Amino acid sequence: MEFLNYAIDLVAVLLLALGIKGLSKVRSARSANQLAAVAMALAVIGLLISYLGTPSFDGQAWAWIIVGTLVGGVLGAITAQRVPMTSMPETVALFNGCGGMSSLLVALAAAMFPGTLDDGTLVAVVSIVISVFVGSITFTGSIVAMAKLQGWLSTPPWMQSKIRHLVNIALAVVCFVAAINLIAADGSSQAGLWLLVISSGLLGIGVTLPIGGADMPVVISLLNSYSGVAAAAAGFVVGSQLLIVAGAMVGAAGLILTQVMCNGMNRSLVSVLFGGALGAGSGGGGGGEYTNITSCSVEECALTLEAAERVVIVPGYGLAVAQAQHTLREVTRSLEAAGIQVDYAIHPVAGRMPGHMNVLLAEADVPYEQLKEMDIINPDFPATDVVLVLGANDVVNPQAKNDPESPLYGMPVLDVQQARTVFVVKRGMSAGYSGIKNDLFELANTSMVFGDAKKVLGDLLGELKELGVGKK
Amino acid sequence: MDSLFLMGAATASQTPPLVNALWVLLLGSLLGFELIGKVPPTLHTPLMSGANAISGITMLAALTAIIKADGSTPLLVLGSVSLGFALFNVIGGFLVTDRMLAMFSRKPARKENS
Repeated sequence: MEFLNYAIDLVAVLLLALGIKGLSKVRSARSANQLAAVAMALAVIGLLISYLGTPSFDGQAWAWIIVGTLVGGVLGAITAQRVPMTSMPETVALFNGCGGMSSLLVALAAAMFPGTLDDGTLVAVVSIVISVFVGSITFTGSIVAMAKLQGWLSTPPWMQSKIRHLVNIALAVVCFVAAINLIAADGSSQAGLWLLVISSGLLGIGVTLPIGGADMPVVISLLNSYSGVAAAAAGFVVGSQLLIVAGAMVGAAGLILTQVMCNGMNRSLVSVLFGGALGAGSGGGGGGEYTNITSCSVEECALTLEAAERVVIVPGYGLAVAQAQHTLREVTRSLEAAGIQVDYAIHPVAGRMPGHMNVLLAEADVPYEQLKEMDIINPDFPATDVVLVLGANDVVNPQAKNDPESPLYGMPVLDVQQARTVFVVKRGMSAGYSGIKNDLFELANTSMVFGDAKKVLGDLLGELKELGVGKK
Repeated sequence: MDSLFLMGAATASQTPPLVNALWVLLLGSLLGFELIGKVPPTLHTPLMSGANAISGITMLAALTAIIKADGSTPLLVLGSVSLGFALFNVIGGFLVTDRMLAMFSRKPARKENS
């Protein structure tokens, strides 16, 4: 019987690992996701089998298991079906927070009823402390991240000042004191436990709240990593190796992703977490005066597109916010029908999360082959007739290559200025997320088309139809 | 679960459980780094969502809490609520990931467009 449990656990771990590996290839990703789901189910079955026949595993326990499963499962399924693709970052944050909450509750249960779940050793107590601390931070941090992305919450001014560092350090000290107190009392100090829960929860809020909206995906990815750590710590509490392995894998995954996102934005994790909003000092007006701006009408834009042979679309955050991906697809369809080659240049951090833009464009039926990564498309820009920049700003700023003084210097960017003509669709002349002036807008081959991305694309579609583009 | 021979990390059954658990932690982390190091940017959001669903594996701990509660109502309730949160994470996470990935796997079939 014991052997069967080990076998099931082993297969579950193997499938989880294969699932994560399969998620790294487009073709196998979907089946890999299902494989991981099967692995999770297998792990649950294995656990249930291992306790089958234990006296405490009675009808009452089954009833509570079924209640928890139904409520959580149904709510999860409904949320997953209903949520629009554009609010994917918030959704991941919400799910992630609940994972953290789950680990926190288990650790609380273990601490309040010593000896039932854990073996009462120092290791178990330390694991409880870690699980409470990380779980609590993950929960409040994820919820704040979600609320900020949804626009339900904005950062209070004092949180943007230096005071927040003092507050957070004080909270961290309280966490540490509570943890020591709890460990010294062999986990039986109720005061220490609740102090730890509250102070680490507040710390999660205090650390996440000052972080700017565009940095939020990095934070969510980091919190995703934390929830893995919380799960691993819960694994130490209840003595489950499977839990430790899976938690550790997720923890490592989150860290790698976080690093990738930071690299793409040319920011260090430290500056994201402690630097506050970049360019916040320059205020709302933001980033230098523009001279020499050429703006043009949608009609001119349509005429230039009609004459082009090769067009590259650079979608960005603004496109995602305006939810204009479907309209964009209509425009590119008519261009393609006219024999114009259309590609999409995807910056590693385009959208609101790495890969988010790919998801949005895939939703709008853009063929996967047309989505070109930065390194692939950059050499093609000199041979490109028209570049259409939609709601992207910093990722097309030539300063990152030309101006060693610029804060953006060194960030990988799309070399759109090498194309014959560049159209930038933008709502106004406000600076990008970095608050830095974009030299691209002043170049002779750049024209600005002012307006909301969705409206401009709709008008563009109308103009193209009038010109008869794409009609045989 | 105090033997780790299945992980291939340590064969000595006398090894203390903590050492075994730390081995598991170490190998799991290394495995995670290795598995995830080579993902194309396209798949980062689905991967994050998928990994997030897997972090709901903490439902195993919640189940253990319910099973070991031995009739203690507060423990049953805590375990059940914890299980609910974890399953919200797991079911929601996998379904949402599947929704995203379904879009990628869809062939470039053009919808009829008037």
